[in-house]
Amino acid sequence: MALLRIDSISKSFGGVTAIADLSFDVPEGKVYAVIGPNGAGKTTLFNMLCGIYTPDEGSIRFRESEIVTLPPHQVAALGVSRTFQNLQMFFNMSVLDNVKVGAHLRSRTPLWSAALRLPQTRHEERQADNWAREALSFCGLEEYLRSEADALPYGVLKRVEIARALAAAPKLLLMDEPAAGLNDTETKEMRALIRRISESGITVLLVEHNMGLVMDVSDRILVIDYGSRLAEGTPKQIQNDPAVIQAYLGGEVQYAI
Amino acid sequence: MLDQILQFLLTGVTVGATYALVALGFAIIYNASDVVNFAQGEFVMLGAMSTIALSAGDQGLPLWLAAICAVLLVILVGMLLQRFAIAPARGASVVTTIIITIGASIFLRGVALLLWGKDIFGMPHFSGEEPIQIGEATILPQNIWVMGGAALLVLGVHYFFNHTLNGKSILACSCNRTAANLVGINVGMMMLIAYGLSALLGSLAGILVAPITFTSYDAGVMLGLKGFSAAILGGMGNPMGAVAGGLLLGLIESLAAGLISSGYKDAIGFVILLLVLFFRPSGIFGKASAERV
Amino acid sequence: MSYLRGFYLLLAVALLLPIAFPGSYYVTVVGVTAALNAILAVSLNLLMGYAGQISLGHAGFFGVGAYASAILTTRYGWNPWPAIVAGMAATGVIAFTLARPILRLKGHYLAMATLGMGIIINIVLVQAGSFTGGPDGLGGIPTLSLFGWRVNSDLRWYIVIVSVLLVVVWISLNIINSRSGRALRALHGSEVAAEMMGIDTGATKTQVFVLAALIASLAGSLFAYQQAFVSPDSFSFFFSIELVTMVVLGGMASTYGAILGAVILTFLPELLVVFEDYEVMIFGAILMLMMIFLPQGLFVGLQGLVRRVLRAKQGSERGAA
Repeated sequence: MALLRIDSISKSFGGVTAIADLSFDVPEGKVYAVIGPNGAGKTTLFNMLCGIYTPDEGSIRFRESEIVTLPPHQVAALGVSRTFQNLQMFFNMSVLDNVKVGAHLRSRTPLWSAALRLPQTRHEERQADNWAREALSFCGLEEYLRSEADALPYGVLKRVEIARALAAAPKLLLMDEPAAGLNDTETKEMRALIRRISESGITVLLVEHNMGLVMDVSDRILVIDYGSRLAEGTPKQIQNDPAVIQAYLGGEVQYAI
Repeated sequence: MLDQILQFLLTGVTVGATYALVALGFAIIYNASDVVNFAQGEFVMLGAMSTIALSAGDQGLPLWLAAICAVLLVILVGMLLQRFAIAPARGASVVTTIIITIGASIFLRGVALLLWGKDIFGMPHFSGEEPIQIGEATILPQNIWVMGGAALLVLGVHYFFNHTLNGKSILACSCNRTAANLVGINVGMMMLIAYGLSALLGSLAGILVAPITFTSYDAGVMLGLKGFSAAILGGMGNPMGAVAGGLLLGLIESLAAGLISSGYKDAIGFVILLLVLFFRPSGIFGKASAERV
Repeated sequence: MSYLRGFYLLLAVALLLPIAFPGSYYVTVVGVTAALNAILAVSLNLLMGYAGQISLGHAGFFGVGAYASAILTTRYGWNPWPAIVAGMAATGVIAFTLARPILRLKGHYLAMATLGMGIIINIVLVQAGSFTGGPDGLGGIPTLSLFGWRVNSDLRWYIVIVSVLLVVVWISLNIINSRSGRALRALHGSEVAAEMMGIDTGATKTQVFVLAALIASLAGSLFAYQQAFVSPDSFSFFFSIELVTMVVLGGMASTYGAILGAVILTFLPELLVVFEDYEVMIFGAILMLMMIFLPQGLFVGLQGLVRRVLRAKQGSERGAA
């Protein structure tokens, strides 16, 4: 069953077409990767899926309900979370608080109740703390619990962002280039982390440049170029697709998995 | 009625020309260094006050010479401000720089208070006070000085930024400091020039308009606010937008004062400013900026 | 709860000061003004320090509260308490109406819009003379009384205003260390990411803007009863700037910093009086210098200093051992 169903969406900016009549389904419980050369429209696609941009045309259905016109926080409320290509950390907060923000949607405490520290608030506060710790240890970050976000290296922050997204207990996780800027060891850890996320039952939609990683973790891959679909299939099919090899890999690049 | 409106328009353009010069100063500094200089109004006050002080008494300088000295003095103040208050705080947040420049403006006001007290000073009109008749409306020769002076200065600034190497260098700094540095532009020097230029505009505005409005140690506050409003109204990033914003604000206030209520003219100016911001958050002539994710 | 440790210290200081210095002008007169300013600074800090939304018009809300209480009690003979509530309601409505469009703006545009808002309120106070008494102000405002306990001495005002300050500080600390507080800091840190974590940034900004305005309005009412007189000068653009300065001077995003800033900025003019004519100049210079050399604010700056000294001490002790 498709968790996310994208139906012929288009988006252009001032006459430049970023996404043209693109359709695809993201099956539930799988890792689905979107690849394509720089400027192919991947980030634009992501921003439309999570409500930052509204497509000019087309429909995006998440668990059968239309989300095309919803603002990001309402999309998030349905169970979509994401990480960002260029870090969007809350650098003014500790790592633990960053991840607690991720759990925002799982508690209800309104401002006035928090202001008076009512019992319900205390209870939810403890819950949020537990959820955040769980997410952090899931991503192997226990040692950074108390650190301030602005004092940590890039590779760690990449994982903190994932922990923050996971603290929301999403059904769909959008990951925008999780391995960008990571060294080999960190990339390996990231690969394992994506697998663990998928095994925990969360559907992952991945945009990534590191082909080794994509071919390794993905169940299905969509290749886009100039905002349109070039090919779609399993990693094997994509690797052997002549159109992909010709257009995207330049017809001569060989790579090892 | 129409004659009255003509009169309001003439007054409005005069006031607006002053605002335009202050706003232009705001925009230049903002573009060069990303700082909103709340001490801009103090340049205006210092220009007028030091001209009056230098030309006062029997041993005083002739007015034109006093004015030149005053302008040079204020340019120096502007450059000192950049060098010793703005430059050391590079990389500070918007709020921090706002408070630094507010501190500078309080400081300059304190100096003026110390030197000249709380009195209100007048300045002789440049070429007499014989009103000139335009239809049913009248206009003072000084009004023409203000409008003409402002027009010349605006054209000068336009020429400076579009046709001189220093002007283009400042624009380059505002686009990308690092890149400007790499192609051999002396960024520090360009900042000094920008602040000096801004001080020059402010002080000349003060000197031109002082014979009509009089001046005192705290005259810069409201003018500074109006200049900032005008710059925002036009769109901060656009110097010529700031000029248009200044003229527009002057006209709005003059019409509001004449047709509605003089007590509420400032309020009406700000209400219109708010409305513009609500519907065009980056000013009338400003470009909307998109946040990249 | 651990985050309330500083609060208990503050409580102790507030209790001890009038006992240690009975009848001192600096405690019960200047101190009360400082406490009132601290209430305003703490509320502004929620909006500015935590949510990152600058406001150069906070004195406007302070003024609405003060004038609502002044007008309702003197012209309509209301009891002071319902007048406070009415003032807060009026301020809340104004703040709620303006919040959405104003808080859509960012950076210098937001600064300008809030500045304009404050100035418009001030001009109305000056111009609507038949209600507000115009530039001359409005006098003869009755004082508060609580079950027959009339707040009619400096010490009693100290008790009332410092108590309100303590409550406001407690509320502020509770909020900051809660889901709502994290939402505020998150939208300061990255608005997009906050949205993606399910935070309705528009609504969150509106909430904190209204809350800050309500507290300012309460402070305004107290001010009116304490002074028994209000005039537009107390609510001018300059006072808004002073409040922003308190927050930044003490250290953004620190409730105690805001209090420290308020105390310093209230006492500074008292100390500078000895410089007479140089007062304004020195005040401006201090403002500039502190911001240039301690852009993080005094509270954070001092914390850092203490930490460095302690570490140096530890280091030398370890060296000796």
